[in-house]
Amino acid sequence: MLRNKLNKIILALVMTLFLGACATQQKATTPSPAPSLGSTDDAYTGTETVKFLADGVPDRVFFATNKSDLTTAASATLAKQATYLKANPTLNVVLEGHADERGTREYNLALGERRATAAKNYLISNGIAANRIKVISYGKEKPVNPASNALAWSQNRRAVTVKTN
Amino acid sequence: MKNYIYKIVFLFFLITSKSFALVTVDITRGNLDPLPVAISNFYFDINIDSNLKKTNIENKIPEIVQNNLTRSGLFFALDKKSFIQKPEVAHNKPRFEDWSFIKAQVLVTGKISLEKDGRLKVEFKLWDVVSATELSALAFYTAPDNWRRVAHLISDKIYERLTGEKGYFDTRIIYVAETGPKVNRKKRLAVMDQDGFGVKYLTLGNEIVLTPRFSPTNQLVTYMSYYKNLPRVYLLNIETGLQDLVGDFPGMTFAPRFSSDGKKIIMSFAQEGNSDIYTMDIKTRVVEKLTDHPSIDTSPSYSPDGAQIAFNSDRSGFQQIYTMKSDGTNVKRISFGDGLYGTPVWSPRGDLIAFTKLYRNKFYIGVMRSDGSGERLLTENYYQEAPSWAPNGRVLIFYRETASDTAGRGGGAKLWSIDLTGYNERLILTETDASDPSWSGLLSAK
Repeated sequence: MLRNKLNKIILALVMTLFLGACATQQKATTPSPAPSLGSTDDAYTGTETVKFLADGVPDRVFFATNKSDLTTAASATLAKQATYLKANPTLNVVLEGHADERGTREYNLALGERRATAAKNYLISNGIAANRIKVISYGKEKPVNPASNALAWSQNRRAVTVKTN
Repeated sequence: MKNYIYKIVFLFFLITSKSFALVTVDITRGNLDPLPVAISNFYFDINIDSNLKKTNIENKIPEIVQNNLTRSGLFFALDKKSFIQKPEVAHNKPRFEDWSFIKAQVLVTGKISLEKDGRLKVEFKLWDVVSATELSALAFYTAPDNWRRVAHLISDKIYERLTGEKGYFDTRIIYVAETGPKVNRKKRLAVMDQDGFGVKYLTLGNEIVLTPRFSPTNQLVTYMSYYKNLPRVYLLNIETGLQDLVGDFPGMTFAPRFSSDGKKIIMSFAQEGNSDIYTMDIKTRVVEKLTDHPSIDTSPSYSPDGAQIAFNSDRSGFQQIYTMKSDGTNVKRISFGDGLYGTPVWSPRGDLIAFTKLYRNKFYIGVMRSDGSGERLLTENYYQEAPSWAPNGRVLIFYRETASDTAGRGGGAKLWSIDLTGYNERLILTETDASDPSWSGLLSAK
């Protein structure tokens, strides 16, 4: 019960941080309207391509186009990963951040890093020591689904938690 | 690798051009009316040995010149079958009526001989058929193996004489050669002559390599590699093969590019979900941080005078192009059109910035003035990005990808070039799929 409550509080804190970040970005925005870039809620919600770190612990989370904020589903997955990592304290992981192919290579490298870091920060805020988590971005270099369609792109916008030992 | 240091001496041995030629080529407009040019085969001097004769370079050199000039879109090469005069006669005393009869406006002729020290001597002459005058005559001396480069140098001289602008044929392209399936793509650094010949692979493909960029002043290349699974920026000397890590950063460095004097590398460093722009002085190794913003700042590119930097940032919420002073101050957003903007690259002439634009699911290569005004889109496609300028600032090279089917088939990357005018779009043939091209400076300027 208590742990649950704590988790909720931490989640709320993380959300505020995100909103805070959004707010500062908004301030910098110039009057030009936001370009239409596909919907902002096009994060993949299926289970194809998903592997498991352990029973019931999915290895990856998905992101909306051009976004690196964690969806509710992503947070739920990461909460499971955190629980799993707590139960296996000698295990270290690397978070691999990826982007879809519909963006410039260099920006995608940065975006992959931002996505992997978002996932990493969630794990840290759920009590996993930072030194157990490494981050690497592959940008759009390692798609999991090679097709050029919206489904493939949504499966490729991901952060994958990989055991390193 | 050593062979890269071509020792070419060239000198003007006759300067007879009176510089009031009637023929000039206007390259500022889209050229729908290319200049008809007759490129005669060259001929061997009688002293030439039989081994050299076998090389057939008296025909191959003019063929390369013809291909270069034709690819520029500014010239139209007349069919050799219509030529009346023999190469030797044409070189020494062209009968201009014969050439104007076939509608040639300019004529190129040449002679190949061997010096006592074993060097090849290639003379060429450029004739104005309309005014019946010699426009220029030059001789190039080089090791016989280097004949291909002589052809490029001749092409540059012709281009310069007729357009009034520097040429770009004696140059090379570094790029990423791609092979294998999309989910496990093998990427190798490769370098080739500007016309696609003489490709050399510089890495084996054991790790991903990305975004190689030529130094504008020498044979150094900066690129990003996943060597040992640590994505970092490297500096590579393509003559010696020696390479070096750029800076000592505790995370991913990427998007490297040289300053226009070749002394610094500018790049991004990503840490804790935030990418900022840094420079490293190649000699002193001093690192400087230029941007400090919680957004993604990447794809930096110096102006040719080194005073400003264009870069890509999503600080407005979406990818846009910004400029700042080279000390990081005076940050200004310059792209305000609909859509996303990335990969700004400053023209070597200083007036324009080339970019990639994503708008309504299409990708565009375009140019804008350095204050963001005068945006002009040159080409639209399913996917294309990463323009790189020819050293004369008149042509852009970039890569284009095709969509793949649900099995991942059909998706591939190729190099393309297009004139600043938006005309003359051309596929550049490569042995493998290719991406991330970067144009060298003029090799002869070194």
